[in-house]
Amino acid sequence: MASKEAYITGIGQSEVGVRLPRHPLLLTLDAVREALDDAGLTLDQIDGVFTFPGKAAGYLAFSPIGADDLIDALGIDAKWHMGAMEQPAQLSAIGMAAMAVKQGLCRHVICFRTVYEAGGMANPEVYMSGMKQDTVSGASQWTSPFWATSAACWVAQYASRHMRDYGLTREQLAQIALNGSRNAMKNPRARAITKEELTLEKYMSARLISTPLCLYDCDRFSDASTVIIVSAGDALDEVKCEPVRIASMSGSVDRFSWDQVDWFAAYETGEDLWKHTDYTKDDVDTGQFYDGFAFLPLTWLEGLGFCEKGEGGKFIEGGTRIALDGELPLNTNGGQLGAGRLHGFGFAHEAVTQLRGLGGERQIPGDPKVAVATSGGGPLAAALLLAKD
Amino acid sequence: MSNPPRPKPRLDQENTPFWTGGAEGKLNIIKCGDCGQYTHPPKVLCRHCQSENIAPEAVAGTGVVDTFTINYQPWAKGLEVPYVIARVALDGVPGVYLTTNIVNCPVDAVDFGDRVCVTFEEQDGIFYPLFEKQKQNQAEGAN
Repeated sequence: MASKEAYITGIGQSEVGVRLPRHPLLLTLDAVREALDDAGLTLDQIDGVFTFPGKAAGYLAFSPIGADDLIDALGIDAKWHMGAMEQPAQLSAIGMAAMAVKQGLCRHVICFRTVYEAGGMANPEVYMSGMKQDTVSGASQWTSPFWATSAACWVAQYASRHMRDYGLTREQLAQIALNGSRNAMKNPRARAITKEELTLEKYMSARLISTPLCLYDCDRFSDASTVIIVSAGDALDEVKCEPVRIASMSGSVDRFSWDQVDWFAAYETGEDLWKHTDYTKDDVDTGQFYDGFAFLPLTWLEGLGFCEKGEGGKFIEGGTRIALDGELPLNTNGGQLGAGRLHGFGFAHEAVTQLRGLGGERQIPGDPKVAVATSGGGPLAAALLLAKD
Repeated sequence: MSNPPRPKPRLDQENTPFWTGGAEGKLNIIKCGDCGQYTHPPKVLCRHCQSENIAPEAVAGTGVVDTFTINYQPWAKGLEVPYVIARVALDGVPGVYLTTNIVNCPVDAVDFGDRVCVTFEEQDGIFYPLFEKQKQNQAEGAN
């Protein structure tokens, strides 16, 4: 039976670490168990599995576990499943699950993202077997031949342009990493990633990666699994938790390219998030914006309309506005810069944590009711509006 | 010390004119014979009007540094850093940008709006279109 609404009913996360000895399937199991406990569901009530990007053959470090693996390993009777890279971005796996429960195909869906990029580097034969290739093809042939190997190089060029066109400074940009570090210190699950609080001085003297991005502007390979359970609105009587409604979602892109566009897809996606809801940006109590690179949250701030195009640097200047007690607390768990490269799913996990008031030391004040979680950079962009209503 | 070989594009029907045009000193970009617009990355059709009446056209090979980054991280063993990665807007090819390197000058000599021209670096049958700053008299000639 089709359901009018979709809700996040359970969240779970494994230990987050660097070179964890635990097998990524077991990390996934840890996150699944925690999410099921959180939702008050049992495995036999799960009837769908959605993930991004699916198992990455040849680069298992990036994505070692696919939807197929989880269905088989846990004996899930799935009515629909999906693991795909070609969707708006990481969080759109949750959006697809919402569509599945609204359509009536599924009632309770496990959405997950497992990463093993740190552990995988220690075991390249297994986890990075396809990385050495004689030739490059597809999109990477337009960047790799010029040693623009990493997305850091691609993002850096847009950050440079922001500096030139709008006066963004490194001191402003630093606030993303400083805020992430400060919040990560209050997040028990970030202990392996952030061991001491970053200072502006340390940031400014850090090794440069691709100007203007320095070491602290880039997230760090981690091993972890994050699970979000999405349930149909008419199945809420089966859960024992505080559900959070997926009030809107968007994932728009009009040119799939990292270098032929003037603006990242976050701008179009951000604008479109408000087209499917009565909520506005003024209702948002916290933003959890993808920070694989520190410049990306600025594109989300501008794209979602929290400030004008080009004004992101001024918006975060000094860091007070985005602090835990600021007008728009940002990346309250530390984001990926502070709490590890969970690859998108950490932002949904933290948004739900805050809306439920379970942030502990890092809980934002008041009674937050609306959060935006985003993921992606360049042509990748997905946004979720989450509401406790 | 020498740099490792550049990653080599796998040649196919769509990209061969781009990656091999440098053998004749040509920077080839796909142009539509019907609507006159350019398609890059190259495809077997025009991305503006879907016409199959397309062909590589040798463009001027000059342009402007639209944006750039000075890269300090060695992404491969032995890669010499720093070097400049730039997005070049090509003259006469509206809407087309190339990610490339600005070479033959110190990294801190590159700036937004710099006029640049193509210089091909050959390696194993591939002609990599790199760019260098136009000399003053060349730049004046372009104006």
